[in-house]
Amino acid sequence: MNKLMYKKRSISVFVLPSLLFYTLIIVIPIFVSAYLGLFKWSGIGAMQFIGLQNYKKLLFSDEIFRHSITNSLILAGASVFIQLPIAFILALILSSGVRFEKFFRTVYFIPVILSSMVIAQLWLRIFDSNYGLVNALLRAVGLGQYAQPWLANTNTAFTCTVIPAIWQYIGQYILIMYSGLKAIPDEIHEAAKIDGANKWQMTTRITIPLLSPVIKVCIIFAMTGSFKSFDLVFAMTNGGPFHSSELPSTVMYTNLFSAGAYGYGSAQAVFIVIECLIATLIIQLLFKKSEAEVSAV
Amino acid sequence: MKKKTKPSQVILIIVLFIIALIQIFPLFWLIEFSLKSNAEIFSTNPLGLPKAFRWSNYTQALFSGGLLNYFINSVFYVTVTIVVAGLLSSMSAYAIARLNWKLNGFSYTFFALGIMIPLQAVLLPLFLVLNHLKLLNTYWALLIPYITFAIPMSIMILCGFYTSIPRDIEEAAFMDGCNIYQVFFRIILPIVKPAIATVSIFTFLGTWNELMFANTFVNSAHYRTLPVGIYSFAGEFSTNWGVIGAGMVIATIPTLIIYFFLSDQVQSSIVVGAVKG
Repeated sequence: MNKLMYKKRSISVFVLPSLLFYTLIIVIPIFVSAYLGLFKWSGIGAMQFIGLQNYKKLLFSDEIFRHSITNSLILAGASVFIQLPIAFILALILSSGVRFEKFFRTVYFIPVILSSMVIAQLWLRIFDSNYGLVNALLRAVGLGQYAQPWLANTNTAFTCTVIPAIWQYIGQYILIMYSGLKAIPDEIHEAAKIDGANKWQMTTRITIPLLSPVIKVCIIFAMTGSFKSFDLVFAMTNGGPFHSSELPSTVMYTNLFSAGAYGYGSAQAVFIVIECLIATLIIQLLFKKSEAEVSAV
Repeated sequence: MKKKTKPSQVILIIVLFIIALIQIFPLFWLIEFSLKSNAEIFSTNPLGLPKAFRWSNYTQALFSGGLLNYFINSVFYVTVTIVVAGLLSSMSAYAIARLNWKLNGFSYTFFALGIMIPLQAVLLPLFLVLNHLKLLNTYWALLIPYITFAIPMSIMILCGFYTSIPRDIEEAAFMDGCNIYQVFFRIILPIVKPAIATVSIFTFLGTWNELMFANTFVNSAHYRTLPVGIYSFAGEFSTNWGVIGAGMVIATIPTLIIYFFLSDQVQSSIVVGAVKG
């Protein structure tokens, strides 16, 4: 009965075009990057095979790259420990049936859809030393002595790129968690209420465990998004001043297209991929236990 | 849920409004300074509303900054990407989700892995190949990678929808003598239209805002996209904030319009994307 009339050829017609694009443009180039990372090569002239030297360099002796990894970890930390908790609380409030629920949901999400180029240009002007919004506000309330060139200061430049990143994507996490919360059947909460659970118990014992698959996805997004983040820093500071706000991707980009260090830049690209994969794997493993507990309920 | 307005509720709503204000204030400020003159922005009126609307900022941004050209380019890249990636992935997802063959499971996983691959992983190899084929600084230089990077996520989202269609519909069509292509184009595709809308929105957001490829594979202004355009434009008019602001408003309007009309679909496409990711 289930015999559908198709032939091998029709399957090829359906699958091959995507497969071809995908293999040629994504899969093979990944291996090429890994291969190039084993060489010292400037794009012209002979390629010199140096084994894992590039990887050794980026892990142990390249101060700039090491600092960029630290920065990406700070960004990931800010995402996971500041952005996601705020997003969770807001999603909890919105999903519990507050007034103007749809309005808030819609407004919170607006920055997510804006081009990060626009956001970069906008925040450049918010932090501008002469005419920026922050300094104008400080002067307006009599705190002019704290006004400073935020993006030209090695102590503040990186933070000034983290703030818009948090601001831009918080709406996305609010929305994802909000949908997750809405998908939890009301009966579960009703039953808990009958059993005498208070609000705090319901949140920590029922809502959070049931939401854990969604929280997991959010953490993976936040971590990998931070590790591969590029646009905002590239457009706001391009890693400066004095490399203080570099991220792995901006260092890689400079190496590839300004310094012409094709081999070393490729190794850095591979490092970013591996970093993302490892983070995803670790988070999956960490959540496996809690998910098993939930499904046992 | 009952909606009684208790005092605690009022405070809660005020807090929510403040956060809403934080989320849209930069945008509001952008629109405000896009209508001001430099004199107003820099000295006489940095924080207040514009005294007189300077629409000339907008005409200047559009015509002397080349923004119109970048805008048209971006619309072109995005449209072609949505159509081609949508077609290719809806076909592949159909074969993966609904036809029985040996490699269903394998090809699903194979494409699913693509979601996790950052652009950085392929940047240099693609650059070298495009350079070798003399395709840098052509429309192909961006169309090919954009289409490809839209495919994995589209396939994931679509597979989810295909599996929810009852089998009887196709079987009836096969009984009536339709071949597989007719079944796909005449029966299946119309059913998954909502899913294709979701996929298109997802592709739109990713492609419209993409910077790294656009900045690397194309450097002539003729093929430049809007994000890179804004970047170079901001450099060109660096001291004229009003014009830059106008340029950014112009770049933002299409996304805002789409969001305004389709906010539910846009939101659901992000959620579906997250569930698949």
